[in-house]
Amino acid sequence: MPDAPSDAVLDATGVAKRFGAVQALRNASLQVKAGQVVALMGANGAGKSTFVKILTGVLKPDAGHVRIKGRDSTVVNPAGARKWGLVPVYQEPSLIPDLSVADNLRLGDTPMEPFRHWIGELGLPDLSSDALIRSLPLASLRIVDLARALALEPDVLLLDELTAALPTDLVDRVLKVVRAQADQGRSVIYVSHRFNEIAAICDRATVLRDGLTVGDVAIEPGIEERIVEMMLGGAVAAAVAEDRPAKPLPTAIPRLRVRSLKTGTRLTDVSFDLHKGEVLGVVALEGQGQDELFDVLAGNRRASAGTVEVDGAPKTFHHPADAIAAGLTLVPGDRAHALLMSRSVRENIAVPLLARIRTWGAIRMGDEAEKVGAAIETLQIDTRAQGEVRRLSGGNQQKVTIARWIAKGVQTLLLFDPTRGIDIRTKRQIYGLVRDLADQGAAVLFYTSELAEIRLACDRAVVIFNGRVVDIIDARDADEATLMRAAYGLTEKAPA
Amino acid sequence: MKRWIEANTWTLGLAVLLAALLLLTKLIQPDFGASGLDSLARAALPFALATVGMAIVVIAGGIDLSIAAMMAVASVTGAVLMDGASDGQSVVIVIGVLLLGLAMGAINGALIVVSKVPDIVVTLAMLFVWQGVALLILNAPGGGAAAWLRALSAGGVPGIDWLPRAVVFLAIVTAVIWIPIRRSKLGLRLYAIGSDPLAAFRSGVPVGQTRIIAYALCGLFAALGGLSVTMSTGIGEPIPGPYLLASVAAVVLGGVVLGGGRGGLLGPILAVFILRTVRMDLTLLSVDPNVAAIIEGTIMVAVVMFGAVLATRGRKT
Repeated sequence: MPDAPSDAVLDATGVAKRFGAVQALRNASLQVKAGQVVALMGANGAGKSTFVKILTGVLKPDAGHVRIKGRDSTVVNPAGARKWGLVPVYQEPSLIPDLSVADNLRLGDTPMEPFRHWIGELGLPDLSSDALIRSLPLASLRIVDLARALALEPDVLLLDELTAALPTDLVDRVLKVVRAQADQGRSVIYVSHRFNEIAAICDRATVLRDGLTVGDVAIEPGIEERIVEMMLGGAVAAAVAEDRPAKPLPTAIPRLRVRSLKTGTRLTDVSFDLHKGEVLGVVALEGQGQDELFDVLAGNRRASAGTVEVDGAPKTFHHPADAIAAGLTLVPGDRAHALLMSRSVRENIAVPLLARIRTWGAIRMGDEAEKVGAAIETLQIDTRAQGEVRRLSGGNQQKVTIARWIAKGVQTLLLFDPTRGIDIRTKRQIYGLVRDLADQGAAVLFYTSELAEIRLACDRAVVIFNGRVVDIIDARDADEATLMRAAYGLTEKAPA
Repeated sequence: MKRWIEANTWTLGLAVLLAALLLLTKLIQPDFGASGLDSLARAALPFALATVGMAIVVIAGGIDLSIAAMMAVASVTGAVLMDGASDGQSVVIVIGVLLLGLAMGAINGALIVVSKVPDIVVTLAMLFVWQGVALLILNAPGGGAAAWLRALSAGGVPGIDWLPRAVVFLAIVTAVIWIPIRRSKLGLRLYAIGSDPLAAFRSGVPVGQTRIIAYALCGLFAALGGLSVTMSTGIGEPIPGPYLLASVAAVVLGGVVLGGGRGGLLGPILAVFILRTVRMDLTLLSVDPNVAAIIEGTIMVAVVMFGAVLATRGRKT
C-alpha cells in the first residue's frame, strides 16, 4: 500500500487494545500536525490512558499503527519515544524522589542550561538544583517535569493532565509556554478535562468514547457543548438542574460548628457552620490551609487552637476512629489512601460496614450483599474489572471511595477534591450523588479545586485565604470570577 | 561542608559510636592494642564485604537472601583450585572466582527480572541452590590458599602497625569498585530504581538491566567475602557463617532504608564494626553468649529507634 502523503507529525490510526475481557481501545486515532496543539479528550474509561501508553510505547497495540514523521513508530519504552522526538509528561510526576533535581536531569541526559531557562520561564527561577525531589511540593514537581521535557526540545510534547495539581497562577504560565511551543512549529498533545484551558491554547480536539475516536473538531467559541455531547454519547441526560429549591433554613444547632480552628503554620483561623442537608463548598488556592482543615476534621491531626462541635457537643479527635464515631467521614483527595487497591470492589465497599462492629461473630452475608449491590447500582460503577480495584479507571475508583460511605449511611461527609482528574460524566454523577445525600439529611463539606463546581454542587462556599476564612458566598452568586477574586483575598470581609 | 554534615549525620553518628566503643574496649581490656584491632578487623572483614554487597542490592530496592551461600561457593571454589597452585595460577584463580561471583549474582538478578517472582522468593530458592553447589564442590572444610592472598589481610600495615591490613584491604576494594560506579550514571540508576521504579522507567532508565547489575555487584562482593574467609583461615568453608542476617542488620543500622533509594556504603561498614566490637566487648566481659545475643539485638532496635526519633524531631524544627 503506497503511503498517503500526510503532513501529520504524529499519526495514529485504528489503534485497538484489549485487556482480558475489557476492550479498552477499539479504533482510536489521532493526528497532530506541526505547529498545532491538539486536545485529547474523553470520559474516564474511554481509553485515554491506554491510548497515551500506546503512543509512548509503554503498551503494544493489538491492531493499528502509530506513525511519527511518516515512519512506523518502533517506540517500545519512554526512552525510545524520546529518540523519535516524542516526549511525554505523565499524570503523576516521573521524577526520582530520593535524587536531587540535578541528578534527575543527569539520569535522563537532560541538558542543564535549557532546563534552567524553562524553569525560570515557568515561574520557579529560585528552584535549587540540589533540592531533593522528595522535599518539593507537588506543584513544583509538575513544573520540573515540564521544564525537563521542554529542555529536550521535543517535536511532539505529550502532556497528560498536567495542570490538575497546579495553582492558577502557574497554570497561566504553563499555558503560555505550551502555546509558544506550537507557535514555534512544534506539536503538542494536550490531555485535559478543562475546557477553559483547551479553549485558550488548543487548535483542535480529538474526542474518545468507549475506545473509539468519535470526533476531531476545530476549537471555536461554543464548541464545548458539542464536545460534551460527543463525550457523553447521549448516555447521560444533560446538566444538573440549575434551579434548586431554596435551601432549608438552618436549624438552630448546626451539624458541625468550627470556631477559630488553628493548626500548624498554614491553618490560622477558620470558623464556619455546616448544617444538616447542606453542601458547603470550600474554595482555596493551593496550600491555603484546606489540607490541614480536612486533616483536623477527620482526626488525622490535632488542632492547636479552636473548637469543633458536632450537633452542639464539643469534640476533640485524637484518632480517625473518633471522627468516624462522631459521624464525620473523609473521602481523601488521593484515592490510593482510601482504597484497598488489590481487593475487590465489593470488599472495598463492605469494609466500613464491617469496621463498625455492632455484633460480634459472622458477617451477615445477605445483608452485606444487599447494601453493597445497592451502592454499586446508585453510582453506576463500571464493574467489568471488579476483581481488583486497582484495575478500575480513576473515575470508577473515586466512585468506590464514595460508595463505601453511602452503603454505611453517612451523617457528615468530608469530600476533598473528589472530582480531580475525572471525566465530566462521572463528575455529574458525583454532584447528583452529593445532592441526594444532602437531601437525605447528610451534611457535606466539599473542597474543590475547580471553581465552576461550587455552583453545580454546593449551597454556599467558604473561601479560605492564607489560613483564614475571607468570605462566605451563596452558591447562586458564586460565578468563577467572584470566587477567584475572593480566593486571592481581594474581597476580604469580616466572616459572617 | 555544612550540607555534607547534614546529609551524613547518621554516618558521622555511627563513627562517633564506634570510636566510643573502641575506647570502652580499651577501658575493659587495658592491653587492647594493635593485635586486638587486627583480630577484630579480620573477623569483621567477611561480614563487611557481605554487608557492602547487601547494601548495594537494598539501595536498588531489592534483597539477596543467597549472599552467604554465594560466599560459600566462592570460598570453596577458590580453596579447591588454589590447593597446590603456583602464585601465578592463583592470581588467575582469584580473578576467576570474582567473575564467578558476578555470574552468580547476575543469575539471581536475571531470574528476578525475567520470572517477575518477588526477589525474596527467588533468592531464598537460590540460597538452597548455591548451598548445594558449595557442598558438591567440597563437602567438608578443606583446600588451600596462596600465601600472598593470606598475607593481604593478616597483620598491620608496614610502618603503621596499628592499622590492620584487613581494614586497608576492605577500603581499597570497596573504593575501587564503588566510587567509579557511584560517580557514574549507573550509580544514579541504582538509586533511581530503588527509589521509584516507575519514575525511573519513565526517565528512561533500563530498569531490568540495572537490577541485574545490582545483583551482579552483590555477587561480586559475596565472592570477595568468600575469598576473605579463605584468606583468614587458609581453607574453604562450604557451610557459610551467619553472614546473611548480620549483613541485613548492618545495612539497616548503617542507614540504608529497606525498600531502597537511600543510604550509602560507609554507614553499613561502620555498623559492621560496631556490631563486631559490641560482641567482642561482651566476650571480654565474659557475658553468657546467649545473653550477649539478646543484648546485641536490643542495641540494634534501640539505635534504629533513636535514629527515627531524631529524624522526626529534625523534620518538626
